[in-house]
Amino acid sequence: MSANLIHLLVEATLQTLYMVAISGLLGALFGLPLGVYLAISQRGELLSSPVINKVLGLVVNATRSVPFIILVVAIIPLTRMIAGTSIGTTAAIVPLTIAAVPFIARLVENAIREVDGGLIEAARSMGATPFQIIRKVLIPEALPSITLGLTLALVSLIGYSAMVGAVGGEGLGDLGIRYGYQRFMPDVMLVVVVILIVLVQLVQSLGEWIAARVDKRAPKSRGN
Amino acid sequence: MSTNITPKRDAQTRPERDGSPQGASIVFEDVGKSFHTPAGGTVTAVEDVNLTVEPGAMTGVIGRSGAGKSTLLRMVNGLERPTTGRIMVAGHDVGAADAGALRMIRRDVGMIFQHFNLLASRTVAGNIALPLEIAGEDRAKIPARVAELIERVGLSAQANRYPAELSGGQKQRVGIARALATSPKVLLSDEATSALDPETTQTVLALLRDINRDLGLTVLLITHEMAVVRDIASHMAVIDGGRIVEAGPTYDVFTQPRHPTTRSFLSGVTGVTLPAFIAGRLRDTPTRGTKEEEVIRVTFAGTHATDPMLALLSRDLGIEVNILAGAVEEIGARPFGNLLVSLDADRAQAAREYLERHGLLTEVLGYVS
Repeated sequence: MSANLIHLLVEATLQTLYMVAISGLLGALFGLPLGVYLAISQRGELLSSPVINKVLGLVVNATRSVPFIILVVAIIPLTRMIAGTSIGTTAAIVPLTIAAVPFIARLVENAIREVDGGLIEAARSMGATPFQIIRKVLIPEALPSITLGLTLALVSLIGYSAMVGAVGGEGLGDLGIRYGYQRFMPDVMLVVVVILIVLVQLVQSLGEWIAARVDKRAPKSRGN
Repeated sequence: MSTNITPKRDAQTRPERDGSPQGASIVFEDVGKSFHTPAGGTVTAVEDVNLTVEPGAMTGVIGRSGAGKSTLLRMVNGLERPTTGRIMVAGHDVGAADAGALRMIRRDVGMIFQHFNLLASRTVAGNIALPLEIAGEDRAKIPARVAELIERVGLSAQANRYPAELSGGQKQRVGIARALATSPKVLLSDEATSALDPETTQTVLALLRDINRDLGLTVLLITHEMAVVRDIASHMAVIDGGRIVEAGPTYDVFTQPRHPTTRSFLSGVTGVTLPAFIAGRLRDTPTRGTKEEEVIRVTFAGTHATDPMLALLSRDLGIEVNILAGAVEEIGARPFGNLLVSLDADRAQAAREYLERHGLLTEVLGYVS
């Protein structure tokens, strides 16, 4: 494999990491509060407002129903508005983020809903405000599940990022299509696949390691 | 029905006035609570409750599951709002308080739970610090206060452990320390020992008793176990079908139960029941002309509990008494005896009058031939 190709692979890997990192960060930034709100705005919950909850739920579901490749193309006007251009790696971050937000929101919602209602009641009996309950009870208690949810979201984003070549986004997926497929270079395709596997493996292991560190629910040996 | 529980300031309930927070009174006035069911109907959980818990008293409310005791307790700190009537805690109307006022009231009312409700993500110390953080306590002062509370409940060695590493009894100790963190005036206990084994139950009850005595705070506990009430409550109320059917000092309710529900709870705890071979032959009315024995329950309360009354009865009236079952136990440090005896039906009237003249209570259970 030529030095030029190696250079391309390194660059593509960095581009993929860039897209996934930024969209993952933005997705968590918006998805986390949205997920928390989806969980606590349900009927009978902490900030019960069933109508807003229903509407938000519909928007989230609608976004999640659209196949990613269609989403990328469908929101080109929005992408242009936000990123200033609709093509390129940075522009690809817009659809990736828009796909990540509802996905992360649902995962966070489930994690929050798993928190034992008795804990919320205990916090209420201490005179906690809803915001204190979210900050001091719901999020810390749901943290192991939230961490695993974010891991899953990042892995999915790595997969999605392979499709942004359709709007001129670069990265490993784009490289694999343009060189490995269109230029009949199976060795490039193989390397791309291997790098993707390694990336996913790393993200997954790191996520599980962090989740285990923050999970105090099961007794474990305290060998520090 | 109106019931007033006035605590006797005996050794069990007298608060030591050492500058610690004094307990607050809890007053239920015509309190009722009903819930709407999803099907559109309503279910009444609590009805016409009038109950006064005096400051510093340790009061137990006993009832079967579904009797409304949990709802009753949860109305004290506003987790449920009454549908009718009002609940006054330290003079504040809990049901009418807005969100802000309710939060202030709740800092004066600690609560412990059957399933402890500790945060798995926080250590023992972290869990106890939580109510202080919520109350906006000065961060620098929290560690000292937490250490003091951990010491009080005897968990100094476990301060940095997580709840998952603790036993049930230890978890409840954390719950108690947490409930005491903000120096409340009232402690609510929601079946706090129901998930614990009998031995652990005793140590947790002893801790509650010590806290009540040392801090003088009012304790209102709900339970379905009469033994819990007997062991620590100076006052008690029996709830059945959402209504308080009997209330008063624990000793009085134990020695003179009036309501059938109370009696059925009592038979479980005193263990004084008729042997089966007698119970099966028991008739409600005497049969004329036959040689019969009358079966009576004799209750020895107060100073007479240790007098040899049956021996005196035989000596003075020459009546022979068969003892069928019996026990002497202690309620609030006062002896309380409960005997089931049978004696010649023809002379039973005289025997009962003799016993009652000497301050004992008798109850005719039936007749056997």
